[in-house]
Amino acid sequence: MKKYKEKIFETVFLLAACISIICVMLICFFLFINGLPAIGKIGLKEFFTGTQWKPGDTPPLFGIFPMILGSILVTAGAVSIGAPVGVFAAVFLAKFCPEKILKWLKPAVDLLAGIPSVVYGFFGIVTIVPAVRNVFGGNGYSILTASILLGIMILPTVISVCTEAIKAVPESYYHGSLALGASHERSIFFAVLPAAKSGILASVILGTGRAVGETMAVIMVSGNQPRMPQGIVKGIRTLTANIVIEMGYAADLHREALFASGVVLFMFILVINLLFLLLKRRAGL
Amino acid sequence: MSRKDYLSVLLSLLVKVSACITFSVLFFIVGFIFYKGIPHISADLFAWEYNSDNVSLTPALINTLLMVFLALMLSVPVGVSAAVYLTEYAKKRSRLVEIIRITTETLSGIPSIVYGLFGFLFFVTVLKWGISLISGVFTVSIMVLPLIMRTTEEALKAVPELYREGSYGLGAGKFRTVFSIIIPAAFPGILSGIILAVGRIVGETAALIYTSGTVAEIPSGKDFLFDSARTLSLHMYTLSSEGLYTNQAYATAAVLLVIVLLINRLSEKLAKRIMKGNGK
Repeated sequence: MKKYKEKIFETVFLLAACISIICVMLICFFLFINGLPAIGKIGLKEFFTGTQWKPGDTPPLFGIFPMILGSILVTAGAVSIGAPVGVFAAVFLAKFCPEKILKWLKPAVDLLAGIPSVVYGFFGIVTIVPAVRNVFGGNGYSILTASILLGIMILPTVISVCTEAIKAVPESYYHGSLALGASHERSIFFAVLPAAKSGILASVILGTGRAVGETMAVIMVSGNQPRMPQGIVKGIRTLTANIVIEMGYAADLHREALFASGVVLFMFILVINLLFLLLKRRAGL
Repeated sequence: MSRKDYLSVLLSLLVKVSACITFSVLFFIVGFIFYKGIPHISADLFAWEYNSDNVSLTPALINTLLMVFLALMLSVPVGVSAAVYLTEYAKKRSRLVEIIRITTETLSGIPSIVYGLFGFLFFVTVLKWGISLISGVFTVSIMVLPLIMRTTEEALKAVPELYREGSYGLGAGKFRTVFSIIIPAAFPGILSGIILAVGRIVGETAALIYTSGTVAEIPSGKDFLFDSARTLSLHMYTLSSEGLYTNQAYATAAVLLVIVLLINRLSEKLAKRIMKGNGK
């Protein structure tokens, strides 16, 4: 009897553990089955390299190249702002910060991660958009605005993974370097950080993933014009924004084309995740 | 102390400036939203019914609570059981465990808009649940599952091996040990993970916009699960994209931020308690 009960519970736990496998399979299956046929109908070349997205025209044009470029540009901007600031801030938290302040700053990083993206987006609309408008002209809804906002949003991701990576380096590296006469800063940057290389890179890649996938905040500040990039202070539309903006009224091939852009986004993310996992393994985190 | 050279001074400056930027941005965001939002919090904003005059957030707030509660009912039992399997039952390094880990990590990296698309395709369209509370609930449950699994696993791993041995020594079976010894001991850790999940659900927009929809009413009646329901974050998004209610948007943002602050504080307190409990 007792043995029976044990067996039943073990099976229940096992089934629960398998749910994540089922979820991933379902997600892949439904995205691909709904998205891939559209790519076939539109044509591989037209879909990926077409520079016009005009679902309302006859015949409709479904080129997602502008949106792919948009996602890449905004992400590149965000990472070039967020990654250096995040890595340096992580060095501060791991090696410079006195214990007393650290008690306050750690929850602050968590809070930065916990602020909903709509609040970030709204904050972007009321502060960064006018600032960009005043300094660079244009209407303020631009690649630059989105990059700054996303740069802020990926900070907590970069900081927390990076801090862990730096802390995982044995103290002896630091002490050894100090003993050889290097300064505190030089020891950290030339002995500790190189040892934490994989982990730091992993943090930046995870941040990249966040930036590619971010949707609401980007919609709110990037202007959303589905066109080839015209300049850094001009508007652009990302893959994620395209889906949310048009999903509400899209039908038939248009809708399928949106699912297909979801597939493209998903592939981007899978590659980024894979890179992250590999680096994380190598960093031993 | 070693002699300072230019490079060291420069690096030290960069580190400090970056830390300064990070934390001043945070304080600026929080301060700005509160400064602009709190003066506009009024009784109208909390009126029971939403209309375009009062732009009340109450229905959205109640929908959010409903969404959080229902989603946790699904994801907590599954997530905790899965974590129990991984830490207590599974053979380490078996192929199955490896696959479970990879898929869980994959799930945690998927952006919310992809969850939204999947929810729309599967729950809304294939299962014919329509744009409804329940479609939203299932979508966000999958989304927070990896978070709950990971935090629970960590909490379970932190329970000393002695507890297990003691329990077996007294003749308890495996599942008895799990339920009466290990889970209670790991409870604060599990709870802190659940609270993080609550925060994630409260802040979610992209996964919900095409699953639970944007109707600003509290679902009622016997089919309430199949009514569309806008959560607070979605409410905030509609307000700011309509562009007509800037003041109310500030106030709503402030309310949302207060909730997030409370959630963070709570989870942090609980996390501290397990640290103490482990004698660290």
